[in-house]
Amino acid sequence: MHISEGVLSAPALIGGASAAAAGIGFGIKKIKDEDLPKVAVLSSALFVASLIHIPLGPASVHLILNGLAGLILGWSVFPALFLALLLQAILFQFGGLTTLGVNTLTMGLPAILCFYLFSKSMRSKSDVLAIISGFLTGVLGVFLASILVALFLVTTGEAFLNVAKLVIIAHIPVMILEGIITSFIIVVIKKIRPEILGGVE
Amino acid sequence: MIEERFSKGDSIIHKLDPRIKIIYAFLFSIIMAVSANPLVLTSGFVFSLALVFLARLEFKEILKRLFLVNIFILLLWLILPLSVPGKLLFSIWKLHITQEGIIYAFQITVRCNTIVLAIIAFLSTSSILNLTYALKSLRIPDKMVYLFFLIYRYIFTLLKEYRRLENALKIRGFIPKTSLQTYRVYAYLTGTLLIRSYDRAEQIYRAMLCRGFTGKFWVLNKNSFKKTDILSIGIFGIYITLLLFLQWMKSS
Repeated sequence: MHISEGVLSAPALIGGASAAAAGIGFGIKKIKDEDLPKVAVLSSALFVASLIHIPLGPASVHLILNGLAGLILGWSVFPALFLALLLQAILFQFGGLTTLGVNTLTMGLPAILCFYLFSKSMRSKSDVLAIISGFLTGVLGVFLASILVALFLVTTGEAFLNVAKLVIIAHIPVMILEGIITSFIIVVIKKIRPEILGGVE
Repeated sequence: MIEERFSKGDSIIHKLDPRIKIIYAFLFSIIMAVSANPLVLTSGFVFSLALVFLARLEFKEILKRLFLVNIFILLLWLILPLSVPGKLLFSIWKLHITQEGIIYAFQITVRCNTIVLAIIAFLSTSSILNLTYALKSLRIPDKMVYLFFLIYRYIFTLLKEYRRLENALKIRGFIPKTSLQTYRVYAYLTGTLLIRSYDRAEQIYRAMLCRGFTGKFWVLNKNSFKKTDILSIGIFGIYITLLLFLQWMKSS
């Protein structure tokens, strides 16, 4: 999910960029040298996963997985998202350059919130708790991201109110799908490599 | 799916130093993104179109990229002319289309396409490896440069891995549909991909240590400015000054 170039006003772009810069700075500072390959390869895997198209009714959607990214990467999710978006801009012109900050923030904030809310329940013995938290991670990640996108649009101009509403409504099916898939992913990872869930620390 | 289609070529644009291309791309995009001045936007659009022509890129491929970018813009065209208050242009049934709304939607379209063309001309004409080196010499922190390089490097490996897993599914008769079963299969596929990449990271780190990794990013090919680079700085500098002047004239 991202906002295209040319839409947002200067204050919205600057606000988004400075907040994202703070997140990226903090995230990069927390990564130890020995964790660099781990953060990078997991980010690549999440990037590849977001290219998969999943059938949903007559159409197909691609996964966003920002909530899961937060659980796996912790604060490194900010630099990871920023660099993934930069790569997308260069390789297939999705998103853009001046919107890099805003787009990093709209996906990164929900991600880090999911990390704080649910990484504890990932470590618990109860599978049911992990499945429920997984579902909520998927739903909240997309839901909050769409709310943030809507907020950025509305701060740019009231004319965008209808577009903003449409963004949120259009993402409701995606939220549920992300919830289901994230909870299944959590089940597998928890069984095989539980240490992945809990942020690269 | 992921290929650097525009990075190969021997045009003037391809030969420019990636460091200055990164700076041009950001400077130009920022000015375009915040300007509402029709003169600035029009000249910017012509400028970025000229750059793409100079770079002699595959025209069909560019149109394809622009088409995808404009799908979201089309949505704005359906809504904005109806929701911006202003001079009534005409009404269809109960829908009132305003002049300001049309102008606003048009502005966004021009801005978006201009910036996308500039990204293609300035950034997509360098290979990611050269851009990585350029980021390093632009004083981006080593950890950030490493992450950028490694993420890009392993996307290919993992995409191959994903295709392998997908083929294994197809051979076993998997047909994706809207069902819980399909979602579970995709989730397990993604989970497997994540677990394998986690295990791989450990090997990668050891391999890096063997090759003397200390956290410092080394640049092997030293870029040096050529005559065309210096010339381009002159042309771009004059153009940017002109844009800023136009922008300032309008607002004062």
